Amino acid sequence: MIGPRTKLGLILLMSPLLLWLTTLIIIPHLDMLYVSLREKVGVRQYEFGFGNYMTFFTEPLYWNTFARTAYMSIMATVLTLFIGFPISYYIAKIAKGRLKMALFLLCLVPFWVSELVRTFGWMILLRETGVISSFLQWSGIVNQPVEMLYNDAAIMVGLVYTSMLFMVVPLVTTLDSLDDSLIEAGYDLGASGFAILKNIVIPHAVPGIVTGSIVVFMLSLGNYLTPILLGGKSSLWFTGMIYSQFITRFNWEQGAAFGFLLLGLSSLIVFVGLKLSGQTLAKTMG
Amino acid sequence: MIPTIKQNPIIKLIYNSYVVLFFIYLALPLSVVAVFAFNDSQFPSLPWEGFTLTWFFGTEQPWLGVFNERRIMRSIGTSAFIALCVSFLSILVGTINAFLFERANFKFKGFLYVLMLLPLVIPGIILGISILVFSNFVANGVEDLTGWEIEALRPGLTLVVLGQFSFITTIATLVIAARLKKFDSSLEEAALNLGASQWQAIYHVTLPFLRPAMIGAGIVALLMSFENFNTTLMLVGSDAPLTITMFDRLKEGSTPVLNAVSLLLMIGSSALALVMIFFQKTDEKP
Repeated sequence: MIGPRTKLGLILLMSPLLLWLTTLIIIPHLDMLYVSLREKVGVRQYEFGFGNYMTFFTEPLYWNTFARTAYMSIMATVLTLFIGFPISYYIAKIAKGRLKMALFLLCLVPFWVSELVRTFGWMILLRETGVISSFLQWSGIVNQPVEMLYNDAAIMVGLVYTSMLFMVVPLVTTLDSLDDSLIEAGYDLGASGFAILKNIVIPHAVPGIVTGSIVVFMLSLGNYLTPILLGGKSSLWFTGMIYSQFITRFNWEQGAAFGFLLLGLSSLIVFVGLKLSGQTLAKTMG
Repeated sequence: MIPTIKQNPIIKLIYNSYVVLFFIYLALPLSVVAVFAFNDSQFPSLPWEGFTLTWFFGTEQPWLGVFNERRIMRSIGTSAFIALCVSFLSILVGTINAFLFERANFKFKGFLYVLMLLPLVIPGIILGISILVFSNFVANGVEDLTGWEIEALRPGLTLVVLGQFSFITTIATLVIAARLKKFDSSLEEAALNLGASQWQAIYHVTLPFLRPAMIGAGIVALLMSFENFNTTLMLVGSDAPLTITMFDRLKEGSTPVLNAVSLLLMIGSSALALVMIFFQKTDEKP
């Protein structure tokens, strides 16, 4: 096996990785932490302090948005799981051969397309002059245009849609590894369909459920496009606040603090999820 | 529950219709985006005014087709340029990293591996702002000390490429390392016994074996770069890539030109995905 034989060889082989991780990941995050911990006292004059974090806790708008983003992301995760689970089960256990491959690929296809295009599709469907509104008028269910865009339900529809792949793929993978004979045995022993689901299928699928939920939660939390475009001006999403602190108000200190809070929540969820399911990051990703 | 077990036909019917509904839900947004690219109307909404190709080839305002719309065509060029740079860089670093993790043994290998995975669990917008903050810090530092203005460190193409590279490299590393793991190293030894130098053996034996994975990683990198929004949003300068241009246009109000671009994007990504599937097929046949 050819590999680095000398110390120099190893250092050379390692240098791109170290260069990448230190200059693009580690130092930028430390710098962001540093920026978040200083307060502006004058023009280009700063003082060390926790003021930016204090602002977050004393200003109800900020932590309300934070809590709302977290809450909506949890809702989106739960919904994605409940909608995606029967589909994953169908693909893994009921569909066979060609149909199975085709359905699985169909689940993947929308995600090769930019999130922007998917969100645009939902805008065309949901807006006042949109396809669904026109259809409802045409069929006589309503007699005037209905606006279905710019509310929380629209955000939820978009988030669930965008995240579906990341739930279905791990679920199909774990359910695929469940031996059919276990389900048959449960059935032969007189268990009801519900009991089989509760005692055999779901316990087996836990690793997939955890992986899928972590990824979906993380992606929803960090999403910017879907809440802004489908939720409109009043969408109040935390990434939107970070963006406006950085780009609109040019208050980088505050924005960096917000960024760290979001990163903290996201990392906490990943950590807790992995701990609860007894998995490691390396196993989940690789 | 599974085909070998008899199931209540009503439940079966409900289940099957649920699966059908789900796939309609998946297909609906993309289908409406595609269909309204051909509607002879100024807005991507009903009623259907007849079929037209004006949104692709139209030459006059307000019926300007996408191929004659400078701003969009230029941003497609920008996106392609960024995507090629990111793809090239991440294949290069990803291949080196794969050799590092598969072929070398060193202290802290497990730690470094987890560190390498981290970019995937950091929300994209945070990656963007941290790189923005750090590059600005460096650029200001250099300017204060020497008076040189480093344009590359201000928001713009270089930063967008670096920002996307910072997390796409992780994926490239995982894909290429997975392939290298399957490599039979006795082939390399045979080459060495036949008088090849280490570099010759890697160049003529190992790299050709890795090529499908490298191409696959490159295509995934192209797609992810083309679609990326969150990281790019924070780092973009005056040359906006396609997703940013489309986002700005979408906020101003949508026209079927956006549908036409979206359709082109869909065709482009499916073509790339097909190329990738093709390469994976040849990959299975040794």
